[in-house]
Amino acid sequence: MPEPITKDEVAEVRETLQKFVPIKGVRQVPLEEFFTSGHRTCQGCESSVIMKLMVKAAGARTIVLGSTGCMYVANTTYYSTSWVTPWMHTQLGSAGSAAMGTAAGLKALMRKGKIKKEPINVIAFCGDGGGADMGLSAISAALTHRDYNLLILLYDNESYANTDIQVSSLSPWGACTSFSPSGKAKRIMHNRWKKNVVGMLAAGHTECKYLATGNASDAIDLMNKVRKALSIGGPTFIHTLDPCTKGWDYDPMFSHELGKLAIETGIWVQYEVENHKLRMNGISKNIAEGRTPRKPVKEYLLKQGRFNHFIDEDFAYFQKKVDEQWEQWWLPGVIPFAKETEAVKK
Amino acid sequence: MAAKAEIAGQAAKTPTDIEHEELISGSEAIAHAVSLADVDVITAYPIRPYDTVMQYVAKMIANGDFDCEFIVAESEHSQFEIVKHASAVGARVFCGSSGVGWMYAFEALTVTPALRIPMVAMVGNRALDDPGAFGVEHNDALAVRDLGWMLIWVDNAQEALDTALIAYRVAENRKVFLPCAICTDGAFLTHSQYSVKVPSKAQVDRFLPPYKRDDLLLHPDNPITIAPQVNEDWVMEIRKQNDEAMKRAKGVIAEAYREFKEVFGRDYTNSMFIEEYMTDDAEIVLLGMGTISMPARVTVRKLREQGKKIGFVRLKWLRPFPTEELRKSLARFKAVGVIDRDYSFGSPSDGGVVFNEVRAALYPLAKRPLMSGFIAGLGGREVTIENITQMVEMLEKSVQIGKAEPETHWIGVRE
Repeated sequence: MPEPITKDEVAEVRETLQKFVPIKGVRQVPLEEFFTSGHRTCQGCESSVIMKLMVKAAGARTIVLGSTGCMYVANTTYYSTSWVTPWMHTQLGSAGSAAMGTAAGLKALMRKGKIKKEPINVIAFCGDGGGADMGLSAISAALTHRDYNLLILLYDNESYANTDIQVSSLSPWGACTSFSPSGKAKRIMHNRWKKNVVGMLAAGHTECKYLATGNASDAIDLMNKVRKALSIGGPTFIHTLDPCTKGWDYDPMFSHELGKLAIETGIWVQYEVENHKLRMNGISKNIAEGRTPRKPVKEYLLKQGRFNHFIDEDFAYFQKKVDEQWEQWWLPGVIPFAKETEAVKK
Repeated sequence: MAAKAEIAGQAAKTPTDIEHEELISGSEAIAHAVSLADVDVITAYPIRPYDTVMQYVAKMIANGDFDCEFIVAESEHSQFEIVKHASAVGARVFCGSSGVGWMYAFEALTVTPALRIPMVAMVGNRALDDPGAFGVEHNDALAVRDLGWMLIWVDNAQEALDTALIAYRVAENRKVFLPCAICTDGAFLTHSQYSVKVPSKAQVDRFLPPYKRDDLLLHPDNPITIAPQVNEDWVMEIRKQNDEAMKRAKGVIAEAYREFKEVFGRDYTNSMFIEEYMTDDAEIVLLGMGTISMPARVTVRKLREQGKKIGFVRLKWLRPFPTEELRKSLARFKAVGVIDRDYSFGSPSDGGVVFNEVRAALYPLAKRPLMSGFIAGLGGREVTIENITQMVEMLEKSVQIGKAEPETHWIGVRE
């Protein structure tokens, strides 16, 4: 573990942290809601469930910063905000900067005695466009500032869903979006594989103490991840996969099922990197340990209109890429390369 | 007290404890002001020439002379976003940039006044790339002139320090709550040394009240939603509030200068928005912003020796624009030449920004001076006494023929 620069700085960071109180079952989930009525999200919107769970786990003493995207535009119509906690908009690529500025402001004011010293959670959220495209640089910077307590949550509905479902760097390979339609000359317009966000950030930010993936279909797991992220100290990061009825084209009643299916097929991997230790969670853990076989990706893809144009070779390609992620990566679903000697063996 | 300090093995007084005089650059002067103002969060990103201010700030922090959160951001966009959010939770902030760095932050610069964030920033004016040039041009700061930033150009290090303190007082006044950029000509001011009176902390504390956001504070004790989606339902009303705030700023600035004189003894009350030089009996005047005042004043003195009735007007605040003051001042002259250290391609008369703004302000007057625009000193090119003499000759000619033609001249450009 890296040594702190000065003892004082770490003490300062610790003093303003919430204690970790795990939620051990549905009965222990707090009743209070901090993301309530007033929003205009679509029926079946999983990202709004993520918002609700995120701030429910964090509690009242929380400041939420929201970068431009669905969870800004749909949730904060003037005079009917859905946020009970203080909330502020930030620019599309600014989730990292917003979290850092808020945390730095609070830290300076508390140190100088200008405001009361107390734990105040700082959470900034961004979508896949704001996080993995435009805002990646600012998030990367924020994750290196270990003297600020903050959480950045990337809610990933796999497209710029707010602006009309345009492809982002987290849209799955081959998906039909308004910028990657399937046409007569090109069946597959979007031919880039989805970025591996948490793996990239965990590998590249060696002092970040907590990074995790999450999914609204495992709500308790997600809430505990938020609480861990807010109590461990320093900058932390969570990436959630959120089925989007409008962008993925399915019946809203299947949102949770689709999220779960993404995990069961091995397309989405549930894990956390806590104090530099990797831990697989839930179904992903069972898959990793060989207790549960992965379902074929076709089961997941066929349920969504955005893959309607897929033919057999597309399903096969998608399956091959997911198999690689589990069978050839150094750490399945996390680190996308192998040591040279091991790769040769395979 | 002295004995106590001796035991601790430290000097009895750090330089900020008493008013004293130092030979310092414009950047260093602003760094002093920022430290005296007890700024809470500062963000830096390297670009010449403004970044010298951050080098001085970093040194003060490293030496334990100044306590603030100092963040070296990964881009200017983040630099300005970070302090914007720190300001929203009640922290006093400082930031700055130059040239294309300022332009890289443009999205953040747009939302800062819209959110009523009283940020104070330093612009070390620099030419916009490409082609590369480190020298002064005003197009960087001028780019935000329509957005709600207060913009002031200063021409010496003392004024830079004093203006930084005034900027915090004005920006953080609840009647205003708008950001303020202190524009300093790259190299000519950022890197030039002057003898500067650095005030004491006690004086600054008397002058500068603490920054309070009250009901606009983002804090769990005041759970508000900031910057929601308002669309066409409310956006006009919110824009109008910013308009009113900018209008109120003029009165707040005037009050700040009066109070400044009381506390620090330096008197700017006769030159709050514009500063006149040898204009009493002048027939022809030049007008410009920033350090162009140096060669302009020298030329005025030289031409005065030849019996020419010439003067110089320095425009300090471009936003809020001193419409009334300029009308009152410039209506007395036969001809006015505006020196622009900027360009505005395809603009009215193909003139510079300041020329067109000043000319527009004078339009309702019954008796207007003849007006010419001079584009000069771009990219840090020196504006010489010969250049300014040439401008005066062109103005004299326009007076003779009763017409300014052409209306815009490029001065000192190779054919």
